[in-house]
Amino acid sequence: MSAPLLAVRGLTLAYDRTDAVKGIDFDVHKGGVVTLIGANGAGKTTTLRAVSGLLKPRAGSIRFAGREIAGMAAHRIARLGVVQSPEGRQVFANMTIAENLAMGAYLESDRVAVAKRRDTVLARFPRLGERLSQSAGLLSGGEQQMLAMGRALMADPKLLLLDEPSMGLAPLFVEEIFNIVADLKREGRTILLVEQNARAALEIADYAYVIESGRITLRGPAREIAENSEVATAYLGM
Amino acid sequence: MLAQQLLNGILAGSVYALFALGFTLMFGVLGVINLTYGFYFSTGAFVALHATRYLHMQIWEALPFAAAIAGLIAIVIDELLLGPLRRAKAPELSSLMVTLGATLLLYSLMTAWFTTDIRRFPPTVFDGGAFEIQGLRITLSQILIVAAVVSIVGGLAWLLRRTKLGLAIRALAENDDVAQLMGVNVGGVVHLVSFISGALGGAAGVMIGLNYNAIQPYMGESMMLKGFAVIILGGLGDIRGAVLAGLALGILETLTAGYVASSMKDAVGFLLLVLTLWFRPVGLFGRIAAKRA
Repeated sequence: MSAPLLAVRGLTLAYDRTDAVKGIDFDVHKGGVVTLIGANGAGKTTTLRAVSGLLKPRAGSIRFAGREIAGMAAHRIARLGVVQSPEGRQVFANMTIAENLAMGAYLESDRVAVAKRRDTVLARFPRLGERLSQSAGLLSGGEQQMLAMGRALMADPKLLLLDEPSMGLAPLFVEEIFNIVADLKREGRTILLVEQNARAALEIADYAYVIESGRITLRGPAREIAENSEVATAYLGM
Repeated sequence: MLAQQLLNGILAGSVYALFALGFTLMFGVLGVINLTYGFYFSTGAFVALHATRYLHMQIWEALPFAAAIAGLIAIVIDELLLGPLRRAKAPELSSLMVTLGATLLLYSLMTAWFTTDIRRFPPTVFDGGAFEIQGLRITLSQILIVAAVVSIVGGLAWLLRRTKLGLAIRALAENDDVAQLMGVNVGGVVHLVSFISGALGGAAGVMIGLNYNAIQPYMGESMMLKGFAVIILGGLGDIRGAVLAGLALGILETLTAGYVASSMKDAVGFLLLVLTLWFRPVGLFGRIAAKRA
């Protein structure tokens, strides 16, 4: 097997002086979807913040495309092609939808490439295209999630980090969001998906890690994890 | 008479607007009330004074020069005082206290150097004289001031609304974490915003120094009080509000001086400030302020 695109080793992260993540290892291979599932507060979001450079690791290594990125400034990590759609969507509420999308392509100076990406994103999320000049703050939760994902896709990421894309959404939107993730997978995007909705995440992912209180307690192909009886009782409500 | 008062009011008001713009930009983007801001106003006036007197610059050269120096000083002060606090994610009160202390120190140093004597621009600066149009008197320096304010405000609006850099500045104002996730070099943008704010304050200092032809170190201190009145009236962090509230304050002050009593002029700002806080604490258009609260 080829070297992973993202390789995390012994990653330890402190949050308010206590260790929130305690020496975890995981890999994401090019073209694959890997999911990190676990309960609220298990350390999933903290892990993604470290991969994106918003949080300096206390120890451990994060290698992206063979390069050490642990502790690197967030904007430089984005430049390498690691782009996150953050938890709780966090769209720029005072900006228009068009401006939010433009922010996603902040690092691309080629206008033609930006216009092309925008067409692709708007084809994927037609609701956004109808309301380009509207304030993002006026969108519904599901639409904001689409905008947050569209914004990240505007960067044409080599590795897309999705933090809880289904959180707080109506069931119809949850289905739509996961359909889009599935589409992105089919198109060959490399995705690290963090989710509380373990069932949906395991259906899409190739490989899964279960994280509990800052430790990885289980790992394996997503199908096997879904059939694991402990996971079934703890996360799938069976 | 009324027309002349209005003209003078618009003139004073446009400088208030310029001053408040820098103050509100600093707050809106960097999220701190930086009390050293008035110091850049004094700095601008003194730099322009010395540039015209000793470097023999024309006033339209001295204005951008003084603004740039004030902007550079603003970067240094922000980085030295507020940089460490930002990185430590310190509470807002700490930055308020640090800038308060720094303000006292900076004004004392300036006074030790220049004394509190009132200084004036060399008379050659005003060579252009004045025009009379249908009984309205307007000086060349006043025309320069209005032209400069209009182009600076227009330029800033263009930067913030129409350029990629402006987009990054607004993104940083809303959510610095996500701005970084999109690739914005937050440190660089913070420096740029400090520079623009300091330069706006410095430019306003040159203009007020020019209009009243009286320059002394503490001029920035009294301007800060007006600046507070303007940004509270206009809404903290609100660009459009700062411009409109600045103009309103200038006109109201001049009318008060003309029709009530000139001693009441400085009270107008505080009256507006108190009334705003009582009846509309988010300011006339306070949107960002309302969201932050």
